Amino acid sequence: MLALRRPGEALLPVLFLLTGTVLFPLGVGPGAETLARIGSGVIWVLALFAVTVGTDRLWAADLEDGSLEQLELGILPLELVALVRCLVHWLVTGLPLVVISPLLALLMQQPPAALVALPAALLLGTPVLVMIGAIGAALLVGSRRSQALTALLVLPLQIPALIFGVGAVEATTVGVGGTVAYLILGALLLGSLALAPFAIAAALRLALE
Amino acid sequence: MHAYANPLRFQRIADAIRPWTTFLALALFPVGLVWALAIAPADYQQSDAYRIMYVHVPAAWMSMFTYLVVGSGSAVALIWRHPLAEIAARAAAPIGACFTAIALVTGSIWGKPMWGTWWVWDARLTSVLILFFLYLGYIALYDAFEDASRGARAASILALVGLVNIPIVKFSVDWWNTLHQPSSVLRMDGPAMAPSMLWPLLLMAVVFKLYMVSVLLVRIRTETAERRIAALRGAETA
Amino acid sequence: MLAVHDLVSARAGRPVHAPVAFDLAEGDALLLRGANGSGKSTFLRTLAGFLRPAAGSASWQDRPLTDPAWPAALHWISHVNALKAGLTVRENLQIGAALAGGPADPVAAADVFDLRPLLDVPAGRLSQGQRRRAALARLVAVPRRVWLLDEPGVGLDAANRQHLARLIDRHRAGGGIVVAASHGDVTLDDPLVLEL
Repeated sequence: MLALRRPGEALLPVLFLLTGTVLFPLGVGPGAETLARIGSGVIWVLALFAVTVGTDRLWAADLEDGSLEQLELGILPLELVALVRCLVHWLVTGLPLVVISPLLALLMQQPPAALVALPAALLLGTPVLVMIGAIGAALLVGSRRSQALTALLVLPLQIPALIFGVGAVEATTVGVGGTVAYLILGALLLGSLALAPFAIAAALRLALE
Repeated sequence: MHAYANPLRFQRIADAIRPWTTFLALALFPVGLVWALAIAPADYQQSDAYRIMYVHVPAAWMSMFTYLVVGSGSAVALIWRHPLAEIAARAAAPIGACFTAIALVTGSIWGKPMWGTWWVWDARLTSVLILFFLYLGYIALYDAFEDASRGARAASILALVGLVNIPIVKFSVDWWNTLHQPSSVLRMDGPAMAPSMLWPLLLMAVVFKLYMVSVLLVRIRTETAERRIAALRGAETA
Repeated sequence: MLAVHDLVSARAGRPVHAPVAFDLAEGDALLLRGANGSGKSTFLRTLAGFLRPAAGSASWQDRPLTDPAWPAALHWISHVNALKAGLTVRENLQIGAALAGGPADPVAAADVFDLRPLLDVPAGRLSQGQRRRAALARLVAVPRRVWLLDEPGVGLDAANRQHLARLIDRHRAGGGIVVAASHGDVTLDDPLVLEL
């Protein structure tokens, strides 16, 4: 129902991630060993920033043009609207990150196992990052405060996804078996899918007052 | 002004309690300190260096306890919109942030001689660092709006979302292999600490708690007064 | 049916006006008048359920406004048009109707304000007046008992204001209730008048 036809905005996180991943070897030095060691972590951190850049103004347009009011009065529960909006947003901004991650893994000299592990971990983790970022965006929507504040608010909550995301990739590449990390990522995903919409809806209702 | 009727009653009770908590905190602090630093026996492994525990552990306990105060105040603020709950939560936050900072710093000081490093990214330290940032985020969000009511409730939502972190902090040393030692006091099997060390620790914890209550009550008083001034100013211009 | 008892709406925690009380039955209309900043929008938003009142209460068919039956019974038109610039008028009307739980017949709705030729134009390319008309078309797309209108006629030319007035009259004749805040941009037939 909420068709998103703004392709320009959607490319931004992907370009950010791509550019960042290219910058890193240039800055750190192209030594294969260093990159291999820090590669998955770097990609994950950049993915986190990319998601933050993308989710910042998730709710701003709807607030400004009055659509949010209509959504709150509509027959759909605001929580459901929030969930769907976040998932669609992830499809447009997060999924591309997952898709290009094998390419980035190659750029960062990651072992072959990472070419599967990284997208898998990002697949589970980026929706979590989007949902948590959406909470922050909803809390600050309509405020004149800078986007940096939104990022700072949600960062502590996104750290677990980051830690387990990188952990999953590294465990798999080292061969230790990252099953636990994937399971925890899955749990984080389910948890945020279930709970974040309530926080987002509460924050949006607050913004409409 | 009906919203301020209840806080007046609270203020009267608070003003009655505060001298007692302050006096007790001030009186018991030297007792606890001497007991901790001089009377309690030296640890057989760490000798006297461990004594920083008597500040580190109570500070850590208080950092989590205070977050629960912020969290429960936030819940009440969101459900019943009680202004006193909003004020209490906001008042407690900086106190909690300070306790967390103290815990992190004293922990770091303790860690250097013991572990050989100022910092390690294990589950306990990382989750406490997250707690610290949650406090700061809460305060920043609360103050980010001209409309105090929106700021209070936005921050309350954030505080409740962050409550997830508290069990993680508490159980991190049990769930993961951390450099930080596992729980020795608040465990299912009872404390694993010698009574000669446990008692001064508990006393210090009580002192910290009394201190926290005193400071909290003072801060609530201040915040309430600030809000009242703002309301009066607003009413003047209206 | 829409009963308000000593309601005081508040903005940023501060009451904005003196207590208000009225009772609207089928076919009634309430005109909210007052200077800028007197609280008309705040009052309307409190009525719509976005804000909690500072004092007093209101009920719709003897149920409090927090009851889900209330948002399901009203149409809300605010200052802003709630139109997605990237979508066409037709699509906007369809979404609006879907949100209101009704069948989507954008053509009939568009006809009320002569929007048929604009149905497939993206809302972002419409003029102010055209956008206002598209926003108001929502009133017709799905029937609802109560219309809460915040300065609905702003940006409309005389002819379209006539359309709006006739639309409101038809709605009231059919048993509908209208509460409108206005600076003179909408004409109501024998309304209850509330000065804020």
